[in-house]
Amino acid sequence: MVDAAAAPERADGSAFPLYEEQPLVEVRDLVISYGGRPALRDIDLDVYRHEIFGIVGPANSGKTSFLRALNRMDAFNPAMQVEGSIRINGKNINDWRNEYALRSRIGVVFPLPVGLPLSVYDNVAFSPRLRGIRRKAQLDEVVERCLTRAALWDEVKDRLDSLGSLLSGGQQQRLTIARALSQEPELLLLDEFSIAVDPVTTMRIEDVLRELRSEITIVLVTNLVQQARRLADRTAFFLTGELVETGVTEDLFEGKVKDKRTTGYLEGRFG
Amino acid sequence: MFAPTPLNRRSYRRQRLARAVFFLMTVALIVPVLVIVGTLVIRGGPAVSWEFLFTPPRNFMTEGGILPALVGTVWLVLVALLASVPVGVAAALYLSEYAPDNLLTRTINLAIINLAGVPSIVHALFGVGAFVLFFRIGASILAASLTLAVMTLPVVIVATRESLQAVPQAFREACWNMGATRWQTIRKVVLPNSISGILTGVILEVSRTTGETAPIMFTGAAAFVAFLPESVFDQTMAMSYHLYYIATQATDVPEQTTFGVALVLIAIVLAMNAISIAFRVYLRGQKKW
Repeated sequence: MVDAAAAPERADGSAFPLYEEQPLVEVRDLVISYGGRPALRDIDLDVYRHEIFGIVGPANSGKTSFLRALNRMDAFNPAMQVEGSIRINGKNINDWRNEYALRSRIGVVFPLPVGLPLSVYDNVAFSPRLRGIRRKAQLDEVVERCLTRAALWDEVKDRLDSLGSLLSGGQQQRLTIARALSQEPELLLLDEFSIAVDPVTTMRIEDVLRELRSEITIVLVTNLVQQARRLADRTAFFLTGELVETGVTEDLFEGKVKDKRTTGYLEGRFG
Repeated sequence: MFAPTPLNRRSYRRQRLARAVFFLMTVALIVPVLVIVGTLVIRGGPAVSWEFLFTPPRNFMTEGGILPALVGTVWLVLVALLASVPVGVAAALYLSEYAPDNLLTRTINLAIINLAGVPSIVHALFGVGAFVLFFRIGASILAASLTLAVMTLPVVIVATRESLQAVPQAFREACWNMGATRWQTIRKVVLPNSISGILTGVILEVSRTTGETAPIMFTGAAAFVAFLPESVFDQTMAMSYHLYYIATQATDVPEQTTFGVALVLIAIVLAMNAISIAFRVYLRGQKKW
C-alpha cells in the first residue's frame, strides 16, 4: 500500500499527479537468472503513473534484464528465468494469458536499433495496423506524429517508402523510438535510447519525453547519469545485480543518499 | 627499413603455394562437367531435334522420339512438388519459428537428417510397400511422385529452414515487442524476406527429382506406354527411366539416341539449376539489411 504522506515531489516541486493511486508497475522479490547464473536479485520497486523512472548503474548490473522482464521478453530466451512478481496495473503479468495484448501496450527501445526490412512508413504503421487501423488518412497522421516526436520526420519525409533497415544507425534508432510511440503505449521502456544519436537531437527527443509524461509512464535505463538527472523524477541505482537504492533524482544528486556507493557512482568516482 | 625479413619471405612463398594448390583443385572440379557435357553434345547432339522431342518412340525404341518420357517427367515432378512443398515448408516454419528446443524437436531434426541420408533405392522399396501396396494406389504417377516427395522432403525442409533462419532474430523480437503474434511476424516480416531463398531450394529440389531413377522404377514408371498420361493414376514413361531402359535393356537402339536422351535430361537439370542461381543473384541484389 502506498503511503500518501510520504509522497515524493518532482524536481520542480510538483507532486506526482497519480501518486495516491496504485503504482503502474509493482515489482516484488524479482530474481532474474540466465541458465542458473543470477543476474538480478531481490528487486522491490514501484513505478508510479506518469513518471519518468530512471535506472542507472555500471555495465552488467542487470538494468537491461529488468526491462526485458517487464515486457515478458524472457519468453524469447529459454535461458532467461524470472521469479518473483511483476504487477502492471495491479495484475501480475504472468496472468495475462494473451501476452501479445500486454506487449502491444508496452513500447520498448533497445540500444541496438532495429529498422525492420519494411519501408519507413510501414515500420511506423506496423503497430497501428495490428490495432486494426486501416484508413490511410489516419495512418498518415500517426506516422507523421510519431516520426516528428522521434525527431526523424524532417530527414525522412521525402523518402517514406525507402527501407527502414537501410537508414543510418542513428536514424534507425529514432525509427525504433517512433515505432514504440506508434503503439500508443501505457508504458515506455527506453534502454540507452540515445546511444547513436547526436546531442542536439537527443535534447529534442528528451523534450518530447518530458511532454509525454502527462500521457504515459516511462522507465529509462541510461549510462549517462546527467541524462537521468535531466529527465528522471526518481532514479534507481543498480549495482552487480542488486538494487542499491531508489530515490528522488535530485535528492540522490545532492547527496541525500542512504548508501555512499550511490554518490560515488553518480559523481563518477566509482571503482 | 621496410625490407622483408627471411620470415616475411617464407610466409609469402607459402602463401603463393597454398593459393596455387587451391586454384588447381578448383579447376579440377570443372573437368568432369566439361567431359560429360562435351561428350553428350558431340555424340548425342545430332539426335536431338524438334521431331525427337515431340514424337513418341517407335519400333521398340529404335526409332522415334521421347515425347511420352518428357511429358511423364513433367507430371512426376509437378505432382511430387505439390506433395512435398506444402508439407516441407510448413514443417520448416514450425521447426524454425515455433518449436521449443526440447527432446521432440531434436528427435525430429535427427529424423530429417536421417531421411536425407536414406539411399534412393530404399526409398523406392518403401514407396512400393507404402503407396503401391499398402495404400493400394498401384504403380502410378501418384505413387511414384509420393515416393519422390518423401525422398526430397528433407531438401525442402533444410533449404526452407536455412532461409528462414537467415532472417535476423532481432527483426522477430522487434515485431513481438509491438505485440505481433508469431504468425503475424512470419507473414509480415519473416516470409517476405525468405521467400526467394525458399523458391531457390524448391527449384534445386525439382532438378534433383528430374534425374532420379530408382524411386520411380518400381512405383510408376514404365518402359513403354503408348499414350500420354491422363491422370495421376496412370503409369507413365519418364526421362531417367527411359535412359536406363534403352541403355541397358532394349536392343538395337542407336547409340546416338541414347546420348541424345541423356543430353536432354542433363539440359533440363542444368536449366533448373541456372534458374536457381539466377534467383539467388537476384535475391542478393534485393538484400534488405
